[in-house]
Amino acid sequence: MYGFEALTFNIHSGYLEAIVRGHRSGLLTAADYNNLCQCETLDDIKMHLSATEYGPYLQNEPSPLHTTTIVEKCTLKLVDEYKHMLSQATEPLSTFLQYITYGHMIDNVVLIVTGTLHERDVHELLEKCHPLGMFDSIATLAVAQNMRELYRLVLVDTPLAPYFSECITSEDLDDMNIEIMRNTLYKAYLEDFYDFCQKLGGATAEIMSDLLAFEADRRAVNITINSIGTELTRDDRRKLYSNFGLLYPYGHEELAVCEDIDQVRGVMEKYPPYQTIFAKLSYGESQMLDKAFYEEEVKRLCLAFEQQFHYGVFFAYMRLREQEIRNLMWISECVAQNQKSRVHDSVVFIF
Amino acid sequence: MEYLDNLPPMDLMRSEKMTFVQLIIPVESAHRAISYLGQLGLLQFRDLNDEKSPFQRTFVNQVKRCAEMSRKLRFFKDQIHKAGLLPSPHPASQPDIELEELEMQLAEHEHELIEMNSNTEKLQQTYNELLEFKMVLQKASDFLVSSRSNSTVQEREMVENVYSNDDYADTASLLEQEMQPGPSVQSGVRFVSGIICKSKVLTFERMLFRATRGNMFFNQAAADDQILDPSSNEMVEKTVFVVFFSGEQARTKILKICEAFGANCYPVPEDVTKRMQITREVSSRLSELETTLDAGTRHRDKALTSIGFQLVKWMNMVGREKAVYDTLNMLNFDVTKKCLVGEGWCPIFAKTKIQEALQRATFDSNSQVGIIFHVMDAVESPPTYFRTNRFTSAFQEIVDAYGVANYQEANPAVYTVVTFPFLFAVMFGDWGHGICLLLGALVLIARERKLGTQKLGSFMEMLFGGRYVLLLMSIFSIYCGLIYNEFFSVPFHIFGESAYKCRDSSCSDARSIGLIKSRDPYPFGVDPSWRGSRTELPFLNSLKMKLSILLGVVQMNLGIILSYFNARFFGNSLDIKYQFVPQMIFLNCLFGYLSLLIVIKWCSGSQADLYHVMIYMFLSPFEDLGENKLFWGQGVLQVILLLCAVVAVPWMLFPKPFILKRLHTERFQGRTYGLLGTSDMKIDDEPDSARQHQEDFNFSEEFVHQMIHSIEFVLGAVSNTASYLRLWALSLAHSELSTVFYEKVLLLAWGYENIIIRLVGLAVFAFATAFILLMMETLSAFLHALRLHWVEFQNKFYHGDGYKFRPFSFASLTDDDD
Repeated sequence: MYGFEALTFNIHSGYLEAIVRGHRSGLLTAADYNNLCQCETLDDIKMHLSATEYGPYLQNEPSPLHTTTIVEKCTLKLVDEYKHMLSQATEPLSTFLQYITYGHMIDNVVLIVTGTLHERDVHELLEKCHPLGMFDSIATLAVAQNMRELYRLVLVDTPLAPYFSECITSEDLDDMNIEIMRNTLYKAYLEDFYDFCQKLGGATAEIMSDLLAFEADRRAVNITINSIGTELTRDDRRKLYSNFGLLYPYGHEELAVCEDIDQVRGVMEKYPPYQTIFAKLSYGESQMLDKAFYEEEVKRLCLAFEQQFHYGVFFAYMRLREQEIRNLMWISECVAQNQKSRVHDSVVFIF
Repeated sequence: MEYLDNLPPMDLMRSEKMTFVQLIIPVESAHRAISYLGQLGLLQFRDLNDEKSPFQRTFVNQVKRCAEMSRKLRFFKDQIHKAGLLPSPHPASQPDIELEELEMQLAEHEHELIEMNSNTEKLQQTYNELLEFKMVLQKASDFLVSSRSNSTVQEREMVENVYSNDDYADTASLLEQEMQPGPSVQSGVRFVSGIICKSKVLTFERMLFRATRGNMFFNQAAADDQILDPSSNEMVEKTVFVVFFSGEQARTKILKICEAFGANCYPVPEDVTKRMQITREVSSRLSELETTLDAGTRHRDKALTSIGFQLVKWMNMVGREKAVYDTLNMLNFDVTKKCLVGEGWCPIFAKTKIQEALQRATFDSNSQVGIIFHVMDAVESPPTYFRTNRFTSAFQEIVDAYGVANYQEANPAVYTVVTFPFLFAVMFGDWGHGICLLLGALVLIARERKLGTQKLGSFMEMLFGGRYVLLLMSIFSIYCGLIYNEFFSVPFHIFGESAYKCRDSSCSDARSIGLIKSRDPYPFGVDPSWRGSRTELPFLNSLKMKLSILLGVVQMNLGIILSYFNARFFGNSLDIKYQFVPQMIFLNCLFGYLSLLIVIKWCSGSQADLYHVMIYMFLSPFEDLGENKLFWGQGVLQVILLLCAVVAVPWMLFPKPFILKRLHTERFQGRTYGLLGTSDMKIDDEPDSARQHQEDFNFSEEFVHQMIHSIEFVLGAVSNTASYLRLWALSLAHSELSTVFYEKVLLLAWGYENIIIRLVGLAVFAFATAFILLMMETLSAFLHALRLHWVEFQNKFYHGDGYKFRPFSFASLTDDDD
């Protein structure tokens, strides 16, 4: 019943919404980032973070710290929060929360498969996986030789199974195929998530469709840019775009035929929301595009908190935390490698 | 007025006089000075480096070192806890050591511990492997035997003979050997055996099935012992499996899956003798390892115990050091970089003590230059500091929970000490229940010393903190219970005979017509004869209701009088004339008059209807009172009182804002220019200076504020008085509930001759008394008393937007840790 969430929302999800809003207020602020950017060593960063919500997670780390430890512990905090919320959630919120992790699952699958292709140790690869995207039999992925086996052996048990229907081929796994698989999976995942949110209806559908559409469009642009100059045909490229979003369908037609970055820019500038993103970039530049997209995403995610009684806040919170962890990673890398002049290149302020 | 000024000062009434001080400390004696001040705990430092982030401050390295040390100490504590030892301070503790020394010691200990742990871990790993191997051998041999039960008996015998001649030189290194599938004796079927976590077996089997397309045979059996998981330090159940398969490709696949699932594979020879031989070997090595492990654990435990002796002391020491450096970080360097400048608040009485401590610090650190300590002026208002003891602190907490008093504001806690338990008792009047509470409170107080040192649960903590409140509450409950004459709702003839007796000896009409009065009134409290009579409830209700109103009016008057003392103290004559006086008039003209009527009615025994009197006082003030007249001149008095009350309302509403406005314009007549910067400081010194008014004064705001205040007071007078009726309501509920439990449970059960029913009845009664009456009712009466104090009493005078005095003190440091 659209517009009547206020009546019934709090019965099941009020507690968790309060929790997630509380978590959100623990996100680092611009003042925190300013302080962090001035840090001289990783110990300084640890010291500063110990005054934030990350404190308990970092306080028992012995002193010569590494960037990976910081990131690992920060991620652990996010995972703990996620698990807490998931264990408290009832349907359909629990499904919604699980949907959030599927993206990581896809990334992990791709990571392991690529890793084994390059003869890397499975345990080493497992450590690199995002803990949110873990599933039981993930280590077995290394056994599979081709897509069909991959599906039949492992993925059929995971929630990713339905997304695989489009990419079951008996082709051998190579880098190109894996990348296509990733994008096909992601496409199917986004569409499924979008449908799920539409089914939930109400403010959730409204807000999530906006956020997911942005995600889909961003992926479309990235696919286009990354596939310029590869042997991917236009039709194949066209197939990787998700079937919703602001660019769907006409923008996709145009993107599919783009041959360089300026053509992409030409297409995107027809869409007012993306005009501002591209206006920041100079011609022929695609380096800063990621950051521009991240900034826009963060802005949209923050807006999701302006409305009450919907599930978008959970999605937004998880994404914001992930962005925060990316920021922390960048800052600590810069500090560790003495590249402080580049600190501001990739940090996206959240507030 | 003279008399009021010359009253002896009350300690708790006003918070301690504070002063803003500046310290200029030479660098060499800074650390010592701060730690002496921490021991003293009477100076609250102000952070002068607010704009600096933590790692830009001066003593950041020391703070980091302290944090690192406390991390190590936490590690030790954790280890000691894991080892199941108790960190007990050694009686003969060693002499104090320097921080640097401690740092080295800690590093040494940590290094040692980590090394020991890694050794133990390695040993444990080997031990686990051997244990698993043993299990696999045991279980797998069962499978192998059963799978080839009869057909190959002879064959095996032959093989046995062959192998028995060997001297098994290579078996010792069997563990290090690569997994080798058993020799394919028959039809190319081979097997892999191993062990896996029980929780993973299902998915493991499914995966194997899928990977080999069903061309395998999976056998499993639960392992007998649980195995310690090194990562989580928990015992996990494991399952032994044997997979039979054929083909080389299947083998690589299966091994890969085993690896992916974290299953450990061990080679099991198909041959029985060899198997037995290996089993023996494994067992002997296991027992060997066990002794090594035990020795290692003992060694580690010894090391940990020696650490444990001093752990508490070290933790305190490091915590203090860290606090000292944190405080030092709040100080500023002066221009010469040779001195640290600190600012803070301290109570005036502590000035000499602080000076002494500082002198001691100078002396002890052999500094050439003394520490300069002088009083400064401050713009912001000082913190609030009450010197409480263990008796008053709980009451002060009750007040502080609402809001910390402004600096030197009248402190309601002084009165709360008595009024709070008393109002509680009015609602909880039963001397039986009171005695139960008293016993509980006495137990808490008697064991104060013991309970104070140990850690309590949150509920017990609360109970223990309020033990003196509980004590007073119970004493007052006994008192009120005696007045209500209720002992678990049963009346007693404690103070002599009842004043009433039956009309005749048979007492048959006692319930219908009633009793007659035969002697003087019952000397103390309610006459026991009321109990069970037809008019019991109307009588008690009327009594308690009137009592509540009397108590309420008295307490509200006390609140308004306190506002007078506040105004006098702060020299605010406007508040006295235009707030205190009309408020007194308004409240007492209406509800003071009602109280007067109640008292007169009680004394005279008149039958007048007080509702009627009060209501018609407003509706038709000039009408004759008729039979409701209580005293001569009542009608005229009522009209006068009503007029006074009506006048009081605009009196408290209008004059104050207008007078403030006039004062403001007078003060700033002709001064259109702002004050120059240099003169700012002097004006700042006076708390109620003109400058603040100039900035703050806004007529409409002031007027609206006053309007809100007046309306709140006028409406509040009615609603607050009504609110005091909760005293009656809760007391009624309490006595009714206890009557129900007594009559409907205990007496009903006692009516039966059956001992079991009687016991059950007694048990139900006891539980209901303990949980419902003693716990729930105590809580609810407590909450209502709390509300009466916070809202009805304190809103008359209490602002409560000050802030607490938080001195830098080592004593409070240890509290925070827990």
